[in-house]
Amino acid sequence: MKTMEVEQERHVLVILPHPDDEAFGVSGTIAIHTKRETPVTYACLTLGEMGRNLGNPPFATRESLPDIRKAELKKAVEAIKIQDLRMMGLRDKTLEFEDDQKMMNMMTDLINELDPSLVITFYPGYSVHPDHEATARAVVRAVRAMDEEKRPKLHCVAFANNTAEEIGAADIRYDIRHVYDQKMEAMKAHISQTIWMLKELESGVAQEGSELQDRFNYEHFWTYTFDENDKVTEIK
Amino acid sequence: MEPILPEKVQELVNRFAGDEIYLHLETTNGAYASHFDEKFFSAGAYIRNAKLTYEHGKIVGDGPYRVGLKLEIGWVYAEGLTHYGFDEDGHLLMAGHDFDGKLAVALQMGTTPFK
Repeated sequence: MKTMEVEQERHVLVILPHPDDEAFGVSGTIAIHTKRETPVTYACLTLGEMGRNLGNPPFATRESLPDIRKAELKKAVEAIKIQDLRMMGLRDKTLEFEDDQKMMNMMTDLINELDPSLVITFYPGYSVHPDHEATARAVVRAVRAMDEEKRPKLHCVAFANNTAEEIGAADIRYDIRHVYDQKMEAMKAHISQTIWMLKELESGVAQEGSELQDRFNYEHFWTYTFDENDKVTEIK
Repeated sequence: MEPILPEKVQELVNRFAGDEIYLHLETTNGAYASHFDEKFFSAGAYIRNAKLTYEHGKIVGDGPYRVGLKLEIGWVYAEGLTHYGFDEDGHLLMAGHDFDGKLAVALQMGTTPFK
Protein backbone atom coordinates (compact mmCIF):
# COMPACT_ATOMS: atom_id res chain seq x y z
CA MET A 1 0.00 0.00 0.00
CA LYS A 2 1.20 3.47 -0.85
CA THR A 3 2.07 5.97 1.81
CA MET A 4 0.77 9.52 1.95
CA GLU A 5 1.91 12.88 3.20
CA VAL A 6 0.86 13.92 6.68
CA GLU A 7 -1.51 16.85 6.27
CA GLN A 8 -0.79 20.17 7.91
CA GLU A 9 -3.03 20.56 10.97
CA ARG A 10 -4.11 23.48 13.13
CA HIS A 11 -3.98 21.49 16.37
CA VAL A 12 -3.74 17.75 16.98
CA LEU A 13 -5.48 16.20 19.99
CA VAL A 14 -4.35 12.69 20.91
CA ILE A 15 -6.59 10.84 23.37
CA LEU A 16 -5.35 7.48 24.63
CA PRO A 17 -5.77 5.65 27.93
CA HIS A 18 -2.31 4.33 28.80
CA PRO A 19 1.22 5.70 28.99
CA ASP A 20 2.93 3.83 26.08
CA ASP A 21 -0.18 3.67 23.85
CA GLU A 22 1.17 6.78 22.13
CA ALA A 23 4.61 5.24 21.63
CA PHE A 24 3.42 2.06 19.93
CA GLY A 25 0.95 3.36 17.40
CA VAL A 26 1.22 7.10 17.03
CA SER A 27 4.61 8.49 18.11
CA GLY A 28 6.04 8.78 14.60
CA THR A 29 3.02 10.71 13.38
CA ILE A 30 3.14 12.96 16.44
CA ALA A 31 6.83 13.62 15.87
CA ILE A 32 6.07 14.70 12.29
CA HIS A 33 3.47 17.19 13.57
CA THR A 34 5.67 18.59 16.33
CA LYS A 35 8.60 18.94 13.90
CA ARG A 36 6.38 21.38 12.00
CA GLU A 37 5.56 23.10 15.29
CA THR A 38 1.93 22.12 15.02
CA PRO A 39 0.53 22.17 18.56
CA VAL A 40 -0.12 18.65 19.84
CA THR A 41 -2.04 17.93 23.04
CA TYR A 42 -1.86 14.43 24.49
CA ALA A 43 -4.62 13.53 26.94
CA CYS A 44 -3.48 10.35 28.66
CA LEU A 45 -6.39 9.05 30.68
CA THR A 46 -4.68 6.75 33.21
CA LEU A 47 -1.21 6.03 34.55
CA GLY A 48 -1.27 2.40 33.53
CA GLU A 49 -1.58 1.39 37.17
CA MET A 50 -2.48 -2.19 36.25
CA GLY A 51 0.59 -2.93 34.16
CA ARG A 52 1.72 -6.51 34.69
CA ASN A 53 5.37 -6.23 33.78
CA LEU A 54 6.84 -5.81 37.23
CA GLY A 55 9.79 -8.13 36.74
CA ASN A 56 10.99 -11.29 38.44
CA PRO A 57 12.86 -10.36 40.52
CA PRO A 58 10.43 -7.43 40.73
CA PHE A 59 11.65 -3.89 40.00
CA ALA A 60 8.29 -2.38 40.97
CA THR A 61 5.15 -3.11 42.96
CA ARG A 62 1.49 -2.57 42.20
CA GLU A 63 1.74 0.58 44.34
CA SER A 64 4.99 2.01 42.97
CA LEU A 65 4.18 1.39 39.29
CA PRO A 66 2.07 4.54 38.69
CA ASP A 67 4.95 6.85 39.65
CA ILE A 68 7.36 4.91 37.46
CA ARG A 69 5.00 5.06 34.52
CA LYS A 70 4.31 8.75 35.05
CA ALA A 71 8.04 9.45 34.81
CA GLU A 72 8.29 7.26 31.70
CA LEU A 73 5.37 9.09 30.12
CA LYS A 74 7.02 12.47 30.66
CA LYS A 75 10.21 11.18 29.08
CA ALA A 76 8.37 9.76 26.06
CA VAL A 77 6.46 13.00 25.57
CA GLU A 78 9.77 14.86 25.56
CA ALA A 79 11.19 12.49 22.95
CA ILE A 80 8.43 13.35 20.50
CA LYS A 81 8.32 16.99 21.58
CA ILE A 82 4.74 17.17 22.83
CA GLN A 83 4.36 20.46 24.69
CA ASP A 84 0.96 19.84 26.22
CA LEU A 85 0.54 16.62 28.21
CA ARG A 86 -2.68 16.19 30.18
CA MET A 87 -2.83 13.40 32.72
CA MET A 88 -6.54 12.91 33.20
CA GLY A 89 -6.44 10.99 36.48
CA LEU A 90 -8.61 7.99 35.67
CA ARG A 91 -7.60 4.51 36.71
CA ASP A 92 -6.28 1.78 34.46
CA LYS A 93 -8.78 -0.95 33.54
CA THR A 94 -11.76 0.92 34.99
CA LEU A 95 -12.73 3.15 32.04
CA GLU A 96 -15.51 0.94 30.70
CA PHE A 97 -17.13 1.05 34.14
CA GLU A 98 -16.97 4.83 34.44
CA ASP A 99 -20.09 6.86 33.84
CA ASP A 100 -20.36 7.06 30.04
CA GLN A 101 -21.68 10.61 30.10
CA LYS A 102 -18.77 11.73 32.26
CA MET A 103 -16.34 10.10 29.83
CA MET A 104 -17.98 11.77 26.86
CA ASN A 105 -18.05 15.15 28.62
CA MET A 106 -14.31 14.86 29.31
CA MET A 107 -13.71 14.51 25.57
CA THR A 108 -16.16 17.28 24.69
CA ASP A 109 -14.42 19.64 27.11
CA LEU A 110 -11.01 18.89 25.59
CA ILE A 111 -12.30 19.43 22.06
CA ASN A 112 -14.11 22.65 22.99
CA GLU A 113 -11.04 24.02 24.72
CA LEU A 114 -8.47 23.10 22.06
CA ASP A 115 -10.48 23.25 18.82
CA PRO A 116 -8.34 20.56 17.16
CA SER A 117 -8.45 19.98 13.41
CA LEU A 118 -7.50 16.34 14.01
CA VAL A 119 -8.27 13.94 16.88
CA ILE A 120 -6.35 10.68 17.17
CA THR A 121 -7.66 7.81 19.29
CA PHE A 122 -8.45 4.09 19.02
CA TYR A 123 -11.02 2.61 16.66
CA PRO A 124 -14.09 1.47 18.60
CA GLY A 125 -14.71 -2.25 18.26
CA TYR A 126 -11.21 -3.02 16.96
CA SER A 127 -8.78 -1.94 19.66
CA VAL A 128 -8.72 -5.02 21.94
CA HIS A 129 -8.18 -3.56 25.42
CA PRO A 130 -11.38 -2.55 27.27
CA ASP A 131 -9.83 0.84 28.14
CA HIS A 132 -9.03 1.46 24.46
CA GLU A 133 -12.61 0.63 23.57
CA ALA A 134 -14.10 2.85 26.28
CA THR A 135 -11.85 5.74 25.24
CA ALA A 136 -12.78 5.29 21.59
CA ARG A 137 -16.51 5.21 22.34
CA ALA A 138 -16.31 8.39 24.40
CA VAL A 139 -14.36 10.24 21.71
CA VAL A 140 -16.71 9.10 18.94
CA ARG A 141 -19.73 10.21 20.97
CA ALA A 142 -18.19 13.60 21.66
CA VAL A 143 -17.29 14.23 18.02
CA ARG A 144 -20.60 12.88 16.74
CA ALA A 145 -22.51 15.31 18.95
CA MET A 146 -20.84 18.28 17.24
CA ASP A 147 -22.26 20.13 14.24
CA GLU A 148 -21.09 18.23 11.21
CA GLU A 149 -19.12 21.13 9.72
CA LYS A 150 -17.32 21.76 13.00
CA ARG A 151 -16.16 18.17 13.58
CA PRO A 152 -12.42 17.57 13.58
CA LYS A 153 -11.09 14.69 11.49
CA LEU A 154 -10.98 11.49 13.51
CA HIS A 155 -8.07 9.11 12.87
CA CYS A 156 -8.24 5.81 14.73
CA VAL A 157 -5.77 3.06 15.55
CA ALA A 158 -7.07 -0.49 15.14
CA PHE A 159 -5.26 -3.75 15.77
CA ALA A 160 -7.83 -6.41 16.64
CA ASN A 161 -7.26 -9.68 14.82
CA ASN A 162 -10.49 -9.27 12.84
CA THR A 163 -9.83 -5.67 11.76
CA ALA A 164 -8.89 -6.18 8.10
CA GLU A 165 -11.63 -8.74 7.63
CA GLU A 166 -14.36 -6.46 8.97
CA ILE A 167 -13.39 -2.86 8.27
CA GLY A 168 -10.69 -3.35 5.68
CA ALA A 169 -7.15 -2.02 5.53
CA ALA A 170 -6.20 1.34 6.99
CA ASP A 171 -6.95 4.20 4.62
CA ILE A 172 -3.97 6.14 5.98
CA ARG A 173 -0.39 4.91 5.89
CA TYR A 174 2.48 7.21 6.85
CA ASP A 175 6.13 6.55 6.24
CA ILE A 176 7.75 7.53 9.54
CA ARG A 177 11.30 6.35 8.85
CA HIS A 178 12.67 9.89 9.02
CA VAL A 179 11.45 10.15 12.64
CA TYR A 180 12.23 6.52 13.51
CA ASP A 181 14.82 7.56 16.10
CA GLN A 182 12.24 9.64 17.94
CA LYS A 183 9.78 6.78 17.88
CA MET A 184 12.43 4.45 19.28
CA GLU A 185 13.27 7.00 21.95
CA ALA A 186 9.59 7.13 22.95
CA MET A 187 9.46 3.32 23.02
CA LYS A 188 12.59 3.18 25.16
CA ALA A 189 11.19 5.80 27.53
CA HIS A 190 8.51 3.27 28.47
CA ILE A 191 11.17 0.72 29.28
CA SER A 192 9.20 -0.97 32.08
CA GLN A 193 6.59 -1.94 29.49
CA THR A 194 8.61 -2.30 26.32
CA ILE A 195 11.84 -4.03 27.26
CA TRP A 196 10.62 -7.42 26.02
CA MET A 197 9.44 -6.06 22.73
CA LEU A 198 12.54 -3.95 22.19
CA LYS A 199 14.71 -7.02 22.54
CA GLU A 200 12.62 -8.74 19.91
CA LEU A 201 12.71 -5.64 17.76
CA GLU A 202 16.48 -5.34 17.71
CA SER A 203 16.67 -8.59 15.84
CA GLY A 204 13.41 -8.07 13.94
CA VAL A 205 13.89 -4.66 12.39
CA ALA A 206 16.99 -5.81 10.61
CA GLN A 207 14.89 -8.36 8.78
CA GLU A 208 13.76 -6.67 5.61
CA GLY A 209 10.03 -6.94 5.05
CA SER A 210 9.22 -8.45 8.45
CA GLU A 211 5.92 -7.56 10.07
CA LEU A 212 7.77 -6.03 12.99
CA GLN A 213 9.82 -3.84 10.69
CA ASP A 214 6.67 -2.60 9.03
CA ARG A 215 5.14 -1.76 12.39
CA PHE A 216 8.00 0.53 13.26
CA ASN A 217 8.57 2.15 9.89
CA TYR A 218 4.96 2.93 9.05
CA GLU A 219 1.94 4.06 11.04
CA HIS A 220 -1.62 3.32 10.06
CA PHE A 221 -4.94 4.95 10.78
CA TRP A 222 -8.53 4.33 9.89
CA THR A 223 -10.53 7.50 9.29
CA TYR A 224 -13.71 7.29 11.33
CA THR A 225 -16.85 8.18 9.41
CA PHE A 226 -20.26 9.00 10.84
CA ASP A 227 -22.30 6.86 8.48
CA GLU A 228 -23.35 3.20 8.45
CA ASN A 229 -19.82 2.32 9.65
CA ASP A 230 -20.44 4.15 12.91
CA LYS A 231 -21.45 1.37 15.31
CA VAL A 232 -21.06 3.25 18.59
CA THR A 233 -24.39 3.30 20.41
CA GLU A 234 -25.93 6.32 22.09
CA ILE A 235 -25.56 6.48 25.86
CA LYS A 236 -28.54 4.81 27.50
CA MET B 1 9.77 -6.95 46.80
CA GLU B 2 11.59 -9.99 48.17
CA PRO B 3 10.93 -13.68 47.67
CA ILE B 4 8.41 -14.77 50.30
CA LEU B 5 9.79 -16.08 53.57
CA PRO B 6 6.74 -17.92 54.92
CA GLU B 7 7.61 -17.47 58.60
CA LYS B 8 8.11 -13.76 58.12
CA VAL B 9 4.90 -13.32 56.11
CA GLN B 10 2.94 -15.35 58.68
CA GLU B 11 4.13 -12.96 61.35
CA LEU B 12 3.08 -9.96 59.25
CA VAL B 13 -0.34 -11.44 58.50
CA ASN B 14 -0.83 -12.08 62.23
CA ARG B 15 -0.09 -8.45 62.90
CA PHE B 16 -3.17 -7.20 61.02
CA ALA B 17 -5.57 -9.82 62.43
CA GLY B 18 -8.47 -8.22 64.29
CA ASP B 19 -7.78 -4.76 62.86
CA GLU B 20 -10.02 -2.97 60.41
CA ILE B 21 -7.98 -3.11 57.22
CA TYR B 22 -8.14 -1.94 53.61
CA LEU B 23 -7.60 -4.76 51.18
CA HIS B 24 -6.48 -4.94 47.55
CA LEU B 25 -6.99 -8.26 45.78
CA GLU B 26 -6.44 -8.84 42.10
CA THR B 27 -5.95 -11.69 39.71
CA THR B 28 -5.26 -11.12 36.06
CA ASN B 29 -3.99 -12.77 32.93
CA GLY B 30 -3.71 -9.43 31.18
CA ALA B 31 -6.05 -7.61 28.83
CA TYR B 32 -4.32 -9.03 25.76
CA ALA B 33 -4.43 -12.75 26.63
CA SER B 34 -7.31 -13.52 24.26
CA HIS B 35 -5.84 -11.26 21.57
CA PHE B 36 -2.59 -13.21 21.39
CA ASP B 37 -4.31 -16.57 21.84
CA GLU B 38 -7.94 -16.58 20.74
CA LYS B 39 -8.52 -19.89 22.49
CA PHE B 40 -7.46 -18.41 25.81
CA PHE B 41 -10.31 -17.79 28.23
CA SER B 42 -9.48 -14.50 29.90
CA ALA B 43 -10.61 -14.01 33.48
CA GLY B 44 -9.67 -11.89 36.45
CA ALA B 45 -11.02 -10.13 39.49
CA TYR B 46 -10.17 -6.89 41.23
CA ILE B 47 -11.06 -5.33 44.56
CA ARG B 48 -9.42 -2.13 45.76
CA ASN B 49 -9.87 -0.72 49.22
CA ALA B 50 -12.34 -3.27 50.52
CA LYS B 51 -12.72 -2.54 54.22
CA LEU B 52 -12.78 -5.65 56.35
CA THR B 53 -11.54 -7.40 59.43
CA TYR B 54 -10.16 -10.94 59.57
CA GLU B 55 -9.97 -13.21 62.57
CA HIS B 56 -6.84 -14.95 61.49
CA GLY B 57 -4.73 -15.44 58.40
CA LYS B 58 -2.49 -18.22 57.23
CA ILE B 59 0.23 -18.76 54.65
CA VAL B 60 0.44 -22.27 53.22
CA GLY B 61 2.45 -24.09 50.57
CA ASP B 62 6.04 -24.64 49.48
CA GLY B 63 6.14 -21.72 47.07
CA PRO B 64 4.40 -20.28 45.22
CA TYR B 65 2.35 -19.74 48.37
CA ARG B 66 -1.30 -19.37 49.25
CA VAL B 67 -2.59 -16.89 51.81
CA GLY B 68 -6.09 -17.18 53.29
CA LEU B 69 -7.88 -14.81 55.65
CA LYS B 70 -10.81 -16.03 57.73
CA LEU B 71 -13.46 -13.34 58.18
CA GLU B 72 -16.25 -13.42 60.72
CA ILE B 73 -18.67 -14.62 58.05
CA GLY B 74 -16.49 -15.32 55.04
CA TRP B 75 -13.09 -15.76 53.43
CA VAL B 76 -10.47 -14.06 51.33
CA TYR B 77 -7.65 -15.98 49.71
CA ALA B 78 -5.03 -15.71 47.01
CA GLU B 79 -2.96 -18.37 45.29
CA GLY B 80 0.35 -18.14 43.45
CA LEU B 81 2.11 -15.64 45.73
CA THR B 82 5.88 -15.40 45.28
CA HIS B 83 7.02 -12.03 46.64
CA TYR B 84 6.31 -9.68 49.51
CA GLY B 85 7.24 -6.17 50.56
CA PHE B 86 5.83 -2.84 51.71
CA ASP B 87 4.83 0.37 50.01
CA GLU B 88 5.74 3.83 51.31
CA ASP B 89 2.59 3.89 53.46
CA GLY B 90 3.48 0.67 55.21
CA HIS B 91 0.92 -1.51 53.46
CA LEU B 92 1.85 -5.18 53.30
CA LEU B 93 2.15 -6.17 49.63
CA MET B 94 2.12 -9.77 48.47
CA ALA B 95 2.25 -10.66 44.81
CA GLY B 96 2.68 -13.57 42.47
CA HIS B 97 5.08 -12.89 39.61
CA ASP B 98 5.09 -15.44 36.81
CA PHE B 99 8.13 -16.82 34.99
CA ASP B 100 8.16 -13.86 32.57
CA GLY B 101 8.09 -11.34 35.42
CA LYS B 102 4.44 -10.48 34.95
CA LEU B 103 2.17 -9.96 37.91
CA ALA B 104 -0.50 -12.65 38.05
CA VAL B 105 -2.00 -12.08 41.49
CA ALA B 106 -1.75 -9.47 44.26
CA LEU B 107 -2.99 -9.45 47.84
CA GLN B 108 -2.28 -6.26 49.77
CA MET B 109 -3.46 -4.85 53.07
CA GLY B 110 -3.00 -2.02 55.49
CA THR B 111 -4.74 0.11 58.07
CA THR B 112 -5.03 3.11 55.71
CA PRO B 113 -6.67 3.22 52.25
CA PHE B 114 -4.62 2.60 49.12
CA LYS B 115 -4.21 5.66 46.90
